[in-house]
Amino acid sequence: MSHPYIPNAVPAVKAAMLEAIGLSSTEELYRAIPAALRMDRPLDLPAPARSEAELLRHVRGILARNVSTQDTLSFLGGGTFPHHVPAVVDEVINRGEFLTAYAGEPYEDHGRFQALFEYCSQMAELLELDVVNVPVYDGFQAAATALRMAGRLTGRRDVVTVGAIGADKRSRIDDYVAGALDIVAIPPARNGTIDRAAVRAVIDENVAAIYVETPDYHGVLHTEIAALADMAHDVGAELVVSCDPISLGVVASPATLGADIVCGDIQSLGVHQWFGGGHGGYIAVRDDPRYVMELPSRLFGIAATTVPGEYGFGDVAYERTSFAVREEGKEWVGTAAALWGIAAAVYLSLMGPAGMSEVGETILAHTRYAIKGLAGVPGLAVPSEHAPHFREFVVDVSETGRNTADWIATGRSVGIEPGIALDAARLLVCVTEIHSKADIDRLTELFAAPPHPARHGSAAAVTAAVAAVAAAATPAATEGSAR
Amino acid sequence: MTRLPVAPKPPLRRFHQARWDEPIVFELSTPGSRGIGVPEVDPAIGATIGDDATLPAAIRRENPPALPELAQPQVLRHYVRLSQENLGADFNIDVGQGTCTMKYSPKVNEVVIRDPRLYDTHPCQDPATAQGTLEIVHRLERMLAEISGMDAVSVQPAAGSAAIWANVSMIRAYHASRGEGEQRDEIITTIFSHPSNAACAKTAGYKVITLHPDEHGYPDLAALRAALSDRTAALLITNPEDTGIYNPRIAEFVAAVHEVGGLACYDQANANGILGITRARDAGFDLCHFNLHKTFSTPHACGGPAAGACGVTEALEPFLPGPVVVRDDDGTYRLDADRPQSIGKVSPFYGVIPNIVRAYTWIMTMGAEGLREVAEIAALNNNYLAQKILQIPGASMGYPETDARIEQIRYTWQELTEQTGISTEQIGWRAADFGVHYWSSHHPFVIPEPFTLEPTESYSRGELDEYAAIIAEVAREAREDPETVRTAPHRSTVHLTGHEDFDDPARWAVTWRAYLRKYPGAGVRS
Repeated sequence: MSHPYIPNAVPAVKAAMLEAIGLSSTEELYRAIPAALRMDRPLDLPAPARSEAELLRHVRGILARNVSTQDTLSFLGGGTFPHHVPAVVDEVINRGEFLTAYAGEPYEDHGRFQALFEYCSQMAELLELDVVNVPVYDGFQAAATALRMAGRLTGRRDVVTVGAIGADKRSRIDDYVAGALDIVAIPPARNGTIDRAAVRAVIDENVAAIYVETPDYHGVLHTEIAALADMAHDVGAELVVSCDPISLGVVASPATLGADIVCGDIQSLGVHQWFGGGHGGYIAVRDDPRYVMELPSRLFGIAATTVPGEYGFGDVAYERTSFAVREEGKEWVGTAAALWGIAAAVYLSLMGPAGMSEVGETILAHTRYAIKGLAGVPGLAVPSEHAPHFREFVVDVSETGRNTADWIATGRSVGIEPGIALDAARLLVCVTEIHSKADIDRLTELFAAPPHPARHGSAAAVTAAVAAVAAAATPAATEGSAR
Repeated sequence: MTRLPVAPKPPLRRFHQARWDEPIVFELSTPGSRGIGVPEVDPAIGATIGDDATLPAAIRRENPPALPELAQPQVLRHYVRLSQENLGADFNIDVGQGTCTMKYSPKVNEVVIRDPRLYDTHPCQDPATAQGTLEIVHRLERMLAEISGMDAVSVQPAAGSAAIWANVSMIRAYHASRGEGEQRDEIITTIFSHPSNAACAKTAGYKVITLHPDEHGYPDLAALRAALSDRTAALLITNPEDTGIYNPRIAEFVAAVHEVGGLACYDQANANGILGITRARDAGFDLCHFNLHKTFSTPHACGGPAAGACGVTEALEPFLPGPVVVRDDDGTYRLDADRPQSIGKVSPFYGVIPNIVRAYTWIMTMGAEGLREVAEIAALNNNYLAQKILQIPGASMGYPETDARIEQIRYTWQELTEQTGISTEQIGWRAADFGVHYWSSHHPFVIPEPFTLEPTESYSRGELDEYAAIIAEVAREAREDPETVRTAPHRSTVHLTGHEDFDDPARWAVTWRAYLRKYPGAGVRS
């Protein structure tokens, strides 16, 4: 059978095409490649599936070893969040017209330009800033680039980070700014708040930026943003704030509190969890060319066409980019996360101002309810209990006589993922709008009345069930390594 | 006239792109409309927490965001209309976007990934409940190791340029580990390698040296030798380059870099024509990267999400992004984060999972034989299309005397432009009227008035003939009816768009709110 994805593999067609170009075999197409560099054997790869039915059996056999968070009760966040994804979002972004389009030119892919312009425009309303970029890879990249922008804007090297930042994100930032910026981290106080004096002590004329997240990695909404802005501006530094846009129906936008560059991740706005593989990043600034010209990403502008009443689009300030001027551009630009931007556009259009306000209120209430419930369990403490939180908070389990790994194993034994272990004592717990009161009560109950120790320590219920399913479903083709 | 039989089709289809004349979503707003409901706070929760969830005034938003308000059918209709104003690879002969490998993204791969066991899984859940995903990551990495010949692969980078960055970062870490980090401060690349090679190197702090081609279009070995020194950290090079020319002396380039203690890093964005034919490792490379959204079929998605893969030799393996997925002897997959020399994270968690699964699934439909057929047919299609394009008066290819293009060709309209004044950009605008993509090339235009075609393996002979006929027709118009080309597009979604406002800070408008602020009264519908 000629391969169904390769139309010209049909022998007669291939022969006719070779003849048309005066060759007798495809081998001659490779005459430029020296014999010493040619493979003298076939690639050593698994035998392919010959049909869709066999392919699906094979891949689904592997996926049978996964369990969806729909089938457990998950309180996992830490950067990838279980928010509701509206059906219309999936309908739009799965359309072949969007899914399979290249990042094309305005006359071929006008719809993509308008959809992304609308993404940027709706983000701009949430953020109350006039310039938002076409998405970068993720919130990690957005933060790292925002800091390098601050470095270029100020001609300085020092960055002061304030509050809790995830270790993975910090790793990404460290890799990205190495050699260009030096980071001093001021961790949060145990009660979650920012120690202004500690920040002030390290702020001087060498500081390019103060960086803070709100909510931060521990879910704390910082009330000191305006004060940090003043501290930064007093020494000529930029205030860079990372925030999750899903909070902005209820939380003041960082720009109104004095932030100069705002950045973050858009996974919350209509992108599934994808095992942490569904991220896009935004960077927003005022419509000031000094800031705009430091953005590496593409910016889509609205324009007039030769027809009155028709909207055209194109690239704004393209000469900033590495596409235009290679290493003379700002950092680099490439294929990143456009479709997730379109997902976020659809999400925000569905939600509107009232939806964003409601989802924010619900998350605030669920977070507070979960904090209250867990803080009330003997042995548990929520050290930052009195700080405002959005979606996440840290529970200290050290007075329970068990460590976090133990609690996680206990939870898993009854189908609950209680949180992410930050260390042996601290668990990061996430609740969103999708959790019900009963869900949160089950979490509290897990700690208040843990399942009998006899069950804990034996094979975890979920794990055992999965293993059983997988053993039955996995075909022989998945055995052995890839090679 | 309206009786059967129907007349034969004309030689070129009478295409017209969807033109919905769609307003901006804000203009569709009706106050009070809602597109979706949100779970409300349970009264029992409200009673328990009282006012405790109320935010301090200092951080409470005062005014609701000025988002549009639409009911659900109107949101759907608006965005579906915008989707129709796009030329997806699902329905256009997408060979005009050279270097980008616009191939068929199989639908069965979409069926595979639209599974809650992928999209509704969390990276921190019990690894025992994520064995399927970890296995696919591991299997794909081993497959790509075989395809490149490299010892170890990471699919963590989010895209091609992110993979270039990860490679540059590993190069930096490698030299630093040997105490040569400060000394080796130069990276060499070529002008026909993707701009991100130069740009990532510069962002990482390197001085960038760009080699220009010799008179045959090959990277200049003498220029490389002149540039090499004990300051050389690495050579970042594509092969075949964006001209489609394969550099037969590539192993000599790599050896010369090694002689001065530098590393050789292969940008394999153009790998589609050489799968199973020749490998990065066979030419001596230390690092390479693939774009899973090019060579390995994952859809381009209007510009991402994409996925990248970095391949390295054993010597560079300790520096790979972490954690890495490892397979224990009992067949269990786990994450190994104990990697002290790793450059750390280049993406959140483990990479773009949907595309990793799509790429794995695609390779599992191809196998070794299929991959080689992909390469051979991609090269055949390219050379077949070339023979058609080169018959068009005014079209030629860069470095015409240099033989044997692999999977793409950078052509030039220099002669046509000199004769008609019509530029490659204008030809692209007119090509849109026929329902196809067309792209010039990356800047700078080393080859004048360039265009770059890459037909991949996915297009039939008839489709290649049709694409060539479209280009021939536009070239004919350039001579015989240049006004039609100059005022194009005519049958696209929109008409010729002014670019004058895009570079003026006082006039550009990147968002609707900026537009309304700068142009008071605009956007109000009569």
